[in-house]
Amino acid sequence: MTLELTRLNRRFSDYPALNDVSLSIAPGEFLALLGPSGSGKTTLLRILAGLDYPESGQVNFNGKDYLAAAPRERNVGLVFQHYALFRHLTVAENVAFGLRVRSRRARPKRQEIEARVEQLLKRVQLDGFGKRFPSQLSGGQRQRVALARALAVEPDLLLLDEPFGALDAQVRVTLRRWLRRLHEELGLTTVFVTHDQEEALELADRIAVMNRGRIEQVGTPREIYQQPATPFVCEFIGKANRLTLRREGARFLAGGWIFADEPWAGEHTRAMAYVRPEHLTLSTTPVPGAWRARLRHVYLAGSVAHLDLDVAALDHPLEADIASEDLARMGLQAGAQLYVSPSHAVIFPLDHDGKPVAEDRWLWRAGVVSPPVRLPIKRSEVELGAHRVDGGIQR
Amino acid sequence: MKRRILPGFNLSLGYSLTYLGLIVLLPLAALAWKASGLGIGGLIELLRVPRTLAALKLSFGGATLAAAINVVVGLLVAWVLVRYRFPGRRLFDAAVDLPFALPTAVAGIALTALYAPNGWIGQWLAALGIKVAYTPSGVLVAMVFVGFPFVVRTLQPVLETLEHDVEEAAETLGARRWQIFLKVILPMLVPTLLTGFALALARAVGEYGSVIFIAGNIPMKSEIAPLLIVQSLEQFDYAGAAALGVAMLAFSFVLLLVITLLQRWSHRWAEVAP
Repeated sequence: MTLELTRLNRRFSDYPALNDVSLSIAPGEFLALLGPSGSGKTTLLRILAGLDYPESGQVNFNGKDYLAAAPRERNVGLVFQHYALFRHLTVAENVAFGLRVRSRRARPKRQEIEARVEQLLKRVQLDGFGKRFPSQLSGGQRQRVALARALAVEPDLLLLDEPFGALDAQVRVTLRRWLRRLHEELGLTTVFVTHDQEEALELADRIAVMNRGRIEQVGTPREIYQQPATPFVCEFIGKANRLTLRREGARFLAGGWIFADEPWAGEHTRAMAYVRPEHLTLSTTPVPGAWRARLRHVYLAGSVAHLDLDVAALDHPLEADIASEDLARMGLQAGAQLYVSPSHAVIFPLDHDGKPVAEDRWLWRAGVVSPPVRLPIKRSEVELGAHRVDGGIQR
Repeated sequence: MKRRILPGFNLSLGYSLTYLGLIVLLPLAALAWKASGLGIGGLIELLRVPRTLAALKLSFGGATLAAAINVVVGLLVAWVLVRYRFPGRRLFDAAVDLPFALPTAVAGIALTALYAPNGWIGQWLAALGIKVAYTPSGVLVAMVFVGFPFVVRTLQPVLETLEHDVEEAAETLGARRWQIFLKVILPMLVPTLLTGFALALARAVGEYGSVIFIAGNIPMKSEIAPLLIVQSLEQFDYAGAAALGVAMLAFSFVLLLVITLLQRWSHRWAEVAP
């Protein structure tokens, strides 16, 4: 039951919503399409549902040409951001809709439909709500009705378009966990569109990060977070400090800090490094090579503290995360003198125009002298797996 | 009492009720008072006159049929205006209001000229053996004309706010196009269609100017109730005119009440739980 998307292109008047997108989704997989608005993720989902069509490219599901099939022949379940419930029908009638519109031959018997509706309402924890109208339900309940309605037709593929986007934060987290459990029970191939990285990282088996109609990277949440393939992924997923690196012989420098043993054998003169806030090591005593910094502000956010650091040697301030406990132990306060050094970085070589060189990066770790770890980026995940470094970056 | 966003609740309520009383209820009360000169017995006597009965039947029957036609055609026109983009759409949209703006007598004369046996449309219909002007069909044509904008104008804003994703949801669930229309779109429009129906009906029942030109006003055949009222007035039979007015008022009230109840029932899904 593999879902195979090959070289899809879709243009809206002048801008490309999808630009040569290929993707393979395994049976039973929970895949998140993650990206900012306008990145093409919803367009991709609508093409899968049959509500939009690409100018070129193919979609194959289990060897069947999906693009040649009308939406109602595809057997997909689609859940919308704003629920899209039939507000003139009761909850039970909403869930039964997909079964009742079938032709007489394919339609289950009345009692069968009723039984299935009851079972589905139980599954989405809404038993006893069957006679209510959608207007009498909360947002979270409505979305669960929409999910039950989509599951009623026993789809081969479940598509979710920002299903929690209209809900408040607390409900969102609860529903997210619940959806993950439901997916494990049903094992249904699921494609999930979101702009919320936390949601994608927590829910998905694999994430496809999209930007401007292209897929920037496909991988497990761990890969996406720890081995981002492009500068966009670095900046979009989690937080990252950006450093400009300049070559000096066989090493790259940023404000006096040395990134030694570069893997390009002198090829590139400039590079850009991304350092996660939690990959900055802080010390109150001098460390060789470390940047001298002044602590400007501390934002306490529960178990983690976010620190704003002014570094004279760098052109812009750094953001560091440390455990609140460590903050208390070190007795840090605004205005304190600190020594800061990176422990991990993702480094992208830049060409003459200052643009990142495509499909090349260097996963740098402090203290690992040789051999340097350089990961070429390949579209296929198998390649990525082959180059994966054991004990790479740990959080 | 709960705090309200806008101040002056008592003042505005009092003002509204006074206004309603002066503009709507006072004339109606005067009408009822005038009619009471006849007494209940006289009223019943009046309603048993075959000519009166025929006129009332034509007025209400014609208005109901006209409103029904307007619901169907109005839905179609509103749908086209909201869902499609075509050259001249704005012009078409503006033209919908013309029956509102046209003096009804002008409309009546124009319709008569068109549908008379030697008119543009009438001559072709006459060739088929159909007579419109100076028959009950002519009354119907005029009533459809004056009531037409109501359904379109009440429906348009509702159609515009219908969420498209509801139709898409139905499509992915396997519904065919006619099923989407019958099971998803139409039920959501019924309350609005009923409102439009009620407005068109009320307008057609009370219509005078355009109808009398095209009707021919043949007693027992193509004579409407408002015309009888005018004729009574011309003969200085004020009590008779008022009594006929009260009868029309009562019928209209009952009809509108039934429509309102139907509308509430068809809209029951919109009520939010307490």
